[in-house]
Amino acid sequence: MAQAGRNPVAAEGARVARLNLRMRLHTWLLRHLQTFFYTLGQIWRRPFNALLTAAVIGIALSLPAGLHVLVDNGRQLANSWDGSAQISLFLQRSLSERHVQGLIDELAAMPEIAAVRYISREQALEEFKALSGFGEVLQMLEDNPLPAVLVLTPKVEKGLGPEALEDLLQQLQTRPEVDLAQLDMQWIKRIYALLNIVHRGVWVLGSLLGLTVLLVVGNTIRLAIQNRRDEIVIIKLIGGTNAFIRRPFLYTGLWHGLIGSFFALILIQLSLWLLAGPVAGLAGLYESSFSLHGLSLLTILSLFASGCLLGLLGSWLAVGRHLRDIEPS
Amino acid sequence: MILFSKVSKRYPGGYEALTDVSWHLAPGEMAFLTGHSGAGKSTLLKLIALIERATTGQVFINGQNLAKVGRWRIPYLRRNIGIIFQEHRLLFDRTVFDNVALPLIIAGHGHQEIGRRVRAALDKVGLLSKEKMYPITLSGGEQQRVGIARAVVNKPPLLLADEPTGNLDPELSLEIMRLFEEFNRVGVSVLIASHDLALIRYLGHRVLQLDHGRLAGDTGVVV
Repeated sequence: MAQAGRNPVAAEGARVARLNLRMRLHTWLLRHLQTFFYTLGQIWRRPFNALLTAAVIGIALSLPAGLHVLVDNGRQLANSWDGSAQISLFLQRSLSERHVQGLIDELAAMPEIAAVRYISREQALEEFKALSGFGEVLQMLEDNPLPAVLVLTPKVEKGLGPEALEDLLQQLQTRPEVDLAQLDMQWIKRIYALLNIVHRGVWVLGSLLGLTVLLVVGNTIRLAIQNRRDEIVIIKLIGGTNAFIRRPFLYTGLWHGLIGSFFALILIQLSLWLLAGPVAGLAGLYESSFSLHGLSLLTILSLFASGCLLGLLGSWLAVGRHLRDIEPS
Repeated sequence: MILFSKVSKRYPGGYEALTDVSWHLAPGEMAFLTGHSGAGKSTLLKLIALIERATTGQVFINGQNLAKVGRWRIPYLRRNIGIIFQEHRLLFDRTVFDNVALPLIIAGHGHQEIGRRVRAALDKVGLLSKEKMYPITLSGGEQQRVGIARAVVNKPPLLLADEPTGNLDPELSLEIMRLFEEFNRVGVSVLIASHDLALIRYLGHRVLQLDHGRLAGDTGVVV
């Protein structure tokens, strides 16, 4: 009897608890929604301060993001230049001019080779004199020590990787007229190395400027907390929890980060737009169809994500640090 | 409702604001707290609202020993106490409605519930027509009534008022006190700190008198 009487009560209790949980979740979401619009309204009513903060954040974010885009473009460019590696053939010194001309014709006829440029021994000597500064010394030599050089431009074919170039090199090396065949890819490697350094630099710069964003947001929120000191005291006096007081400041930080990211996006696109003309001009001089490509979707998403995260984190640090000091007295 | 048991409060620096104070306010009772300035009235109210903690002795509110209330539970305890300040302490960048709604928003009530309760509270203090106005445009007496509406909107079982008529003329003061009597009539316990002795005597409720931190007089429950 007693057992039977207890069960409905327990069931009732469980239902009330579940209902409470649902209601609490509901009010919690409602609270967040309210704060979301309340803080947006605050920014809307006083846009100047918010825009100023957002502009600083935007500039700080646009520098690493913009550099990232430039490095990306540089990589693309280096990739497209991969195929235009050159092969230098250093010819036997004993080779006659007529023999050389025959070799040039033969090579030019090969399907793998796009162009052949001939640097005679005399031209090579002139070039060396002009560039090395050893002109005086060379004049003392009776004989020209430099070989003639053929500079070959391999035909760029899609899917023709470095291996095909290596094969061509081997083939040329075995010819009796050739003293030494050299594949000139050094400068491509150097550009890659340079780009890697710049890329690392972007990360360093990005971290530093991320810290700047953190401090800017933190400081803005700190000032906001001080301005609302009275309000915070009143809310604490009528039973507001720290979470309740913290919430609008966190949302404000989030908004700053979001608007700042938007600023950064505009700045980057504007810079790319300004650069597009001169870059097209330069590419035209190289007879290349290269054009700057803008931010990828992934970059844009990471830009906004990092902006929001930094805004949130900055305000979190500021609120945690300063809210504790404000108590009613 | 309120129970003080041998309570002393010494501030850092050695100043003793309250010394060995014991008294009891029954649920539904209304009392005035008087004394010269510096007698300890504000300190006593602060102990109830958990703004300060007793150095020795114990304070119970609604059977709860305040010494055992942790920091994070203070907000939830304060929601059961409506506090009215001499300087009103309203938020001047929000309308009268939003000011009164604040305790309900904090407590997490729904939108419709908030509207209903805020209008009921404003109606009670006679300011229903001014819900959309900003506090700065209201007179001192009206601002105080907004403060009272905010204190009662959550229907707390206990009202504390610190010099609620300090800046008001006698006529308005009486009006405000009548308002407190009305809340008391429906079962709310009320404790009012005031030095307006003439008014207190006229109203004829229980009076607690503090003198240099000691309880110097208690008229007891007035029937």
